[in-house]
Amino acid sequence: MKRLTTAVLAGAVLAGPVAADLVIPDLSYRTGPYAAGGIPFSDGYQDYFTLLNERDGGIGGVPVRVIECETGYNTEKGVECYEATKGEGALVYQPLSTGITYQLIPKAAADGIPLHTMGYGRTSAANGEVFRNVFNYPANYWDAASVAVNHLLDENGGSLEGKTIALVYHNSAYGKEPIRTLENLSSKHGFTLNTIAVDHPGQEQKSQWLQIRRERPDYVLMWGWGVMNQVAIQEAANIRFPMENFIGNWWAGAEHDVTPAGAAANGYKSLNMNAVEDMPVFDEIQSMVIDAGKNAGDGSNLGSVLYTRGMYAAMLAAEAIATAQDMHGEPEITPAMMRDGMEALEITEARMTELGMPGIGPEFSVSCADHGGSGMGLVQQWNADEGSWVVLTDYIAPDEEVIAPLIEEDSMAFAEENGITPGCD
Amino acid sequence: MSDQFYYGIEVLLNGLMAGVLYALVALGFVLIYKASGIFNYAQGVMALFAALTLVGIMEGQIPFSHLINAIFGTDLHHFGWEVPALLAILLTVGVMVLFAIAVQRFIFRHLVGQEPIILFMATIGLAYFLEGVGDLMWGSDIKTLDVGIPQGGSFWIEDMTAGLGSENFFGFFIDKLDIVATIVAIVLVAALVAFSQFTKQGRALRAVADDHQAALSVGISLNFIWILVWSIAGFVALVAGIMWGAKSGVQFSLSLIALKALPVLMLGGFTSIPGAIVGGLIIGVGEKLFEFLIGAPYLGGATENWFAYVLALIFLVFRPQGLFGERIIERV
Repeated sequence: MKRLTTAVLAGAVLAGPVAADLVIPDLSYRTGPYAAGGIPFSDGYQDYFTLLNERDGGIGGVPVRVIECETGYNTEKGVECYEATKGEGALVYQPLSTGITYQLIPKAAADGIPLHTMGYGRTSAANGEVFRNVFNYPANYWDAASVAVNHLLDENGGSLEGKTIALVYHNSAYGKEPIRTLENLSSKHGFTLNTIAVDHPGQEQKSQWLQIRRERPDYVLMWGWGVMNQVAIQEAANIRFPMENFIGNWWAGAEHDVTPAGAAANGYKSLNMNAVEDMPVFDEIQSMVIDAGKNAGDGSNLGSVLYTRGMYAAMLAAEAIATAQDMHGEPEITPAMMRDGMEALEITEARMTELGMPGIGPEFSVSCADHGGSGMGLVQQWNADEGSWVVLTDYIAPDEEVIAPLIEEDSMAFAEENGITPGCD
Repeated sequence: MSDQFYYGIEVLLNGLMAGVLYALVALGFVLIYKASGIFNYAQGVMALFAALTLVGIMEGQIPFSHLINAIFGTDLHHFGWEVPALLAILLTVGVMVLFAIAVQRFIFRHLVGQEPIILFMATIGLAYFLEGVGDLMWGSDIKTLDVGIPQGGSFWIEDMTAGLGSENFFGFFIDKLDIVATIVAIVLVAALVAFSQFTKQGRALRAVADDHQAALSVGISLNFIWILVWSIAGFVALVAGIMWGAKSGVQFSLSLIALKALPVLMLGGFTSIPGAIVGGLIIGVGEKLFEFLIGAPYLGGATENWFAYVLALIFLVFRPQGLFGERIIERV
């Protein structure tokens, strides 16, 4: 045995380093209470990189190597995954958890590895002058709150004066994120905001929905995740709250959130940061990845909301890699080059169409000062008969007049606490 | 009377109904603890596993299909048939009996005479093992469970009580699912009491609960009784899994309903079936009324989880054995 081990080690040393590749860790959660959301996102994320490897030989001629690490949506495990994979030459992390993101922000800054927290994480990370290594494009939680209110303004002829909006939120840092924004928007537009907390995990929400039944708000917004979403939609249906007046954020708008309630979920709305339409890229993934047996999951999630979002996240990472390769004239990039690529990223409709994903997201560009993208989101509605989401609106812009000062205030407080001198040099 | 008064009554009624659902979970804990002195940490996961198995059987899903496909490169998912709910429930009960036999044969038979903490640790291991097996067997996706239980507010109750306070009061909201759960719980408790009072196996079970050594000395098989009680706990877990799973879909957070049973057990005692029911009702009503009167208006809401434990702790101070638990008397 000892001889065998020595021979293997010697062989490994003599073989020299393996060919360089672009390492992308995938901090996934395929087990535990949040697996239903983690699986399709991870499938989409990985399948897109597999497609690039199969179709194009990688990015800029360099193959992508995805390292999957199971976090179970557990913050400690997420940090362990980060520590275990960063030495592999990881270019960017997509933690897919606000809790993990908060833990990784100082670590990633120290290690010089960029984080991409797409529509989650620390909202004020949009200020790239403070959070040099964190990117939360194309949109963040505060954008989502504003997009929801702008949609309601559109529906009410531009005025929410005298209306009541209830926010049902997961009683955690994530769930509380939109409160400040909504409070400011309520002052600006004259609506009354009622906040209703739901404790983790949200399996029991009778009190909250009885409260909604008593107070009869005009609209209910929801910041939920996991089982909280399914129970809330069922309870809303139980009290016969009009589903078209119930809007979840983009983490409360996947197929598995609505299917347990069956026909009762018909008309429920949610925000989305990506379109949910058939796209040419799906055909390529089907033929070159799934039919070839190289898919990350069982192939059943192709085209679903969270699969599409995972694929969109992978596309944004791939485009940033290509940008970094162009900027530095070097196909085998480092994390620092990746950061430069992310900061110079420009996503246009022409490019999305070229990639087989027309309209998958809004056009946006990233800069040193703005790591947050356009902040735009759309509204989709569940059609229970068809078992599909229907896109109701174009991409709606958030109210930067309200959000920008909040981002400035929060990011500057972070800079002061951590001795960071804001700037782009 | 003001609308507020009637809203309070509505909250109280819903608290009672929620309490019944908590009691359903607590019952499984009580049954196993009473018969074997084991605090079964895996009870919540058993509810999840039973519900997953029920849906899997109803939908004709091939168990371990993901594993089979990964190993053999096949693309198998379903047998191509669907099983009626009643038959699927019976088959699931069969699976839970097999599970009870396996638990007894492979775990607890080897731990007879060990300290209670060792047995408790074994159930922690069992919980994680069962969660993993459930995941591997049936997949992690959220499953819709429809065994025909009606859901939504009862129109009849709403109409009958509309306008009680003022014309703005539009009747009591009582979920039909909660009414069904209450009826099921009453039938279940009655059946358990009848079983333990009037059947030979039930009397043997009570004998083992009273004194293991004495029961053994009169020829009662401890192995059989433990298999029996784990089977009954498996059945109770299935009932709890159906009721909770019908609300939220069958998913892995279903195992967390055990957290709702702990304050019920602290309050009602670990050894009393009536205690589990009364404890569930007190916790359900207490947490809902606290949220209604104090939590939501003054404390920002979401008080139910912690208040249930505070309520249980207050009871514990005055009755450490719980409301209906056996009084612990140790003589020197």
